[in-house]
Amino acid sequence: MAAYRYGPVLLLGFVALVSHFVSASTPNNLEDIREEPKSTDGTDSVLPERTDTRESNEFTPRQDGSAASPEALESGSRWAATEVDLDTVPLSGEKATGNLRDEAAEAFDSLRHQRYNDQFQEELVIRPLHSGDIYSSFQFRTRWDTDFFQKGKKVADYRLFPKSLGQVITKFSVRELHISFTQGFWRTMQWGQPFLSAPPGAELWVWFQDTVTDVDGAWKELTNVLSGIFCASLNFIDSTNTVQPSASFKPLGVGNVTNHKFLRYAVLPREIVCTENLTPWKKLLPCGSKTGLAVLLKSEKLFHSSFHSQAVHIRPVCQDWKCTSTAWELRQTLSVVFDLYTSGQSRREWSLFKMFSRTLTEACPLASSSKIYVDVTDNSQGELFELSPVSPILSQAVVLGDRRTYSVYDLMTPDTFGTLRSLNIQLRWKMMDVAEGLRPLLHGERYVAGYGLQTGEIHTLVYNNHPYRAFPVLLLDSVPWYLRLYVHTLTVTSKNRENKPSYIHYQPSKDRLRPHLLEMLIQLPPNSVTEVTVQFERALLKWTEYPPDPNHGFYAGSSVISGLVPSIVAMDTNSTQEGPLFSSFFPCKEESTYFVRVYTEPLLVNLPTPDFSMPYNVICLTCTVVAVGYGSLYNLLTRTFQVEEPGPGLAKRLANVIRRIRGVPLL
Amino acid sequence: MAAPLTLVLIVAVTIRAVLFNSSLAELISERVEVVSPLNAWKRVVEGLALLDLGVSPYSGDVFHETPLIIYLFHFVIDYADIVFMIADGITAVALYLAVQDYNKGVFRKQKYALEADRYPHDCLELIRTPKEMYYIPLKVAVFYLLNPFTILSCVAKSTCGLNNAVIALFILSTIKGSALLSAIFLALATYQSIYPLTLCVPALLFLLQRLYIPVNVRRPSFWLFTVQYAVMFLGSLSVIVCLSFFLLSSWDFIPSVYGFILSVPDLTPNIGLFWYFFAEMFEHFRLFFICVFQINVFFYTIPLSIKLKEHPVFLIFMQIAIISIFKSYPTVGDIALYMAFLPVWSHLYRFLRNIFLVCCVLLACSALFPVLWHLWIYAGSANSNFYYAITLLFNVGQILLVSDYFYAYLRREHHLAHGLYLKRKDGSEATLVLK
Repeated sequence: MAAYRYGPVLLLGFVALVSHFVSASTPNNLEDIREEPKSTDGTDSVLPERTDTRESNEFTPRQDGSAASPEALESGSRWAATEVDLDTVPLSGEKATGNLRDEAAEAFDSLRHQRYNDQFQEELVIRPLHSGDIYSSFQFRTRWDTDFFQKGKKVADYRLFPKSLGQVITKFSVRELHISFTQGFWRTMQWGQPFLSAPPGAELWVWFQDTVTDVDGAWKELTNVLSGIFCASLNFIDSTNTVQPSASFKPLGVGNVTNHKFLRYAVLPREIVCTENLTPWKKLLPCGSKTGLAVLLKSEKLFHSSFHSQAVHIRPVCQDWKCTSTAWELRQTLSVVFDLYTSGQSRREWSLFKMFSRTLTEACPLASSSKIYVDVTDNSQGELFELSPVSPILSQAVVLGDRRTYSVYDLMTPDTFGTLRSLNIQLRWKMMDVAEGLRPLLHGERYVAGYGLQTGEIHTLVYNNHPYRAFPVLLLDSVPWYLRLYVHTLTVTSKNRENKPSYIHYQPSKDRLRPHLLEMLIQLPPNSVTEVTVQFERALLKWTEYPPDPNHGFYAGSSVISGLVPSIVAMDTNSTQEGPLFSSFFPCKEESTYFVRVYTEPLLVNLPTPDFSMPYNVICLTCTVVAVGYGSLYNLLTRTFQVEEPGPGLAKRLANVIRRIRGVPLL
Repeated sequence: MAAPLTLVLIVAVTIRAVLFNSSLAELISERVEVVSPLNAWKRVVEGLALLDLGVSPYSGDVFHETPLIIYLFHFVIDYADIVFMIADGITAVALYLAVQDYNKGVFRKQKYALEADRYPHDCLELIRTPKEMYYIPLKVAVFYLLNPFTILSCVAKSTCGLNNAVIALFILSTIKGSALLSAIFLALATYQSIYPLTLCVPALLFLLQRLYIPVNVRRPSFWLFTVQYAVMFLGSLSVIVCLSFFLLSSWDFIPSVYGFILSVPDLTPNIGLFWYFFAEMFEHFRLFFICVFQINVFFYTIPLSIKLKEHPVFLIFMQIAIISIFKSYPTVGDIALYMAFLPVWSHLYRFLRNIFLVCCVLLACSALFPVLWHLWIYAGSANSNFYYAITLLFNVGQILLVSDYFYAYLRREHHLAHGLYLKRKDGSEATLVLK
């Protein structure tokens, strides 16, 4: 309903923008997928059919104010992008920004664009969090209308799309690739939902084309190649930490293969993310870190933060809304949360310079759109903080079931940079105490209970904070083999009552071969905590199987909770807000649920250890005991009892020896 | 004799029933000395749960029981306590009857020998009297039923109790002279845990002796019976294995049960010698030492059979003891089975050399197992070496016990042949030595 309050502002913004922009917005992928029946699940889907399409919601809003049509604003129910196809208006965006370049270059560029059919967008979303920390999320999206798997034709001409990744896709017949590196843990209860969630450490999940025959072989090679590309320890991914989830990870792109035989999922919770992972990640950007938003990505600041997550997502998307052919989309995302106290010196004053120690001077010349969004939802009248420079453009989007308002800074317009030719967005709070935000509707926690090194119990708590609606979630647990799960001890309780999962997929582990995989579909009652417990036994490993610091413990990756969560917009029963009566009786169907994926904490579990210093001693001592057994039996088996005849004494024997030498008769 | 046995059975069942209903049952069923990965009740339940989930119990590495056990407990899961108590009862009664029969045979043989005047005259002390032998079967039953090891094993619902029952039935049918039943139970025992395979030699020797067929490779009657017994054994074994295949319609259980026993992938601590040795083993020697250790269990069969071919029941005792010491996943339940035989050899007591020491070692180790386990796993003030040291000592104790009984048995036989008070050439009192 907030759209009505901003309606006039948005309209003004729109009029102001029209002079600059003839919208060059490409067809929105979200919309494409959502409206494409082809992408719905196959038969083995467990969640409601729409899981697939909804998953695309987890990406950050791609909506931009300039594209908002007046009709959409007037309808007030939801924001919608104007679906202008790039192919029909191929060069308008380029021309609008053409004043930065000379005419010849522009002509050349547009020619190339036509030939390559690729395009690059970059954006940054800044969201002040209720805790006083600040969340910045970068997204870089490269889209290329090409087919890597054309028969007899090898893709060799790369322009914006990184060649290293293109070759990986071609070589290993990858259909979808999602990789994330995360340092720190996202605190859902304090910070709300992130745009893109990721577990601590490294996470990799890949859908292969259904033409791949040896999926495990391809996966092994792929992880090694990616390990080289991203300078990460992905080569530690092997069969002992790879699983094939049956329901939790559905393809996000177009395509109708949902046979989880072609899916591989692995998490390395121990992976430490640092500069050496960021540098290769930045190299994949068309402009590198020279211009555009990427100049902000300085590792000395990014890694001095509470949370850092960088990811690469590659998937096939529709080229146009008819979806006759597919394009490849590469999304590089980087999220970082700067702490109020360590980075902000406990002053609620944030600016681009303070966060990244850089300001922006220009957009990436190769980008077709380059924008910064600042979340001003809680600051509708400017009562909370002061944003400078003020942007005239406001945009609204439904993100994660919530209607948010954003101030938009378009880096393609020179006016954005003002007279100083540099953009340093500043947020200065007017008051110190900030109202508590809405609790996230879905939240998960996990811990190990029990003491000693013999057994233990994993407790997973899943919170449904919705006041009156129940919803189902899929819980995925991948536990290493050395924590031997006993699935008969699995209990699921909500509100002190047993809550039987309607679907359980369990794959027991094989020692030194594969981990446990436990997937469950649980219905979460409204306003409840659902507790999932399962007992495990700690194995004693061979001494060579322990890491160099065995008493640090062993990590078990995060549980993944994925679910369709009722939207806050649909939850809005507050009828005090103004709005046409005809729109408020039935909740809007399209926005009634949204897909969200929540990761719990990884576990750190201690295992019993042998003494590493004494393999030789153990081998000697045990062999001695076996030899005692063998020897005493051998003795009794081979000898017989005889009467002992005392032999001559030592002195006598010596004397006899001497006598023999002397040739004298013996004694 | 039936009344005291009944009384013992009632006492044993009462103790077990009380423990089953106490809070100790849970504690006992987690003890690594009592349950091994091979026979833990928790894993049986897990296997049944996996079956309920539609997953093959052998697809994971938690369940290692044979398909027949699943099939059994699929029906009697709710009465598991009673099943284990009945199994213990069967073992005790079977051993009771077997020993009773065996003693009759021993006495008869001794009588013939006395009548034939084959014993030296100073050996009268060694002659066994019916009075002394009368209570031996009962003592065997008491030793089995009231042995703390058996009670712990039963309360923990370790399937070791079922294997013991099968072996006891095998011994009973062998001593009763039923070759077919003996072969069937031996096949069942072998199917459950491979190692009882070595018991086929003493069984064969006993049956041959009973039928007065001399053990002579040139006699066709010897070969005829041997082949007959082997065919019965292998036939019933293959029937059981095929039955298991049809129960689950897959051969997955072969690597999961027998591969698991032979290759020792699970290094959970137990009272045996394998776990720490293979946890600390260098990877490239692993296969070699696994072969050595497994061959070690089977190796003693042939020399022992040659040495003890006149005494097959003592050979059975030796074999069971060796298996329970050197097997890959031993538990206290295995020890209880061979300890039940100790009263049968009570007449060897005067020849035992260090029984007091061995008893002290075994008792002290039994007490120290839980203490050092607690220090290592829960208190964190000790490390794995402490527990390992106790397993070593415990096994040395067992080895000394078994070899002591072996020595005493051989020595008694020697005395029975050569007289008790041996003299040297010069007439002074002689000492016997092994040479």
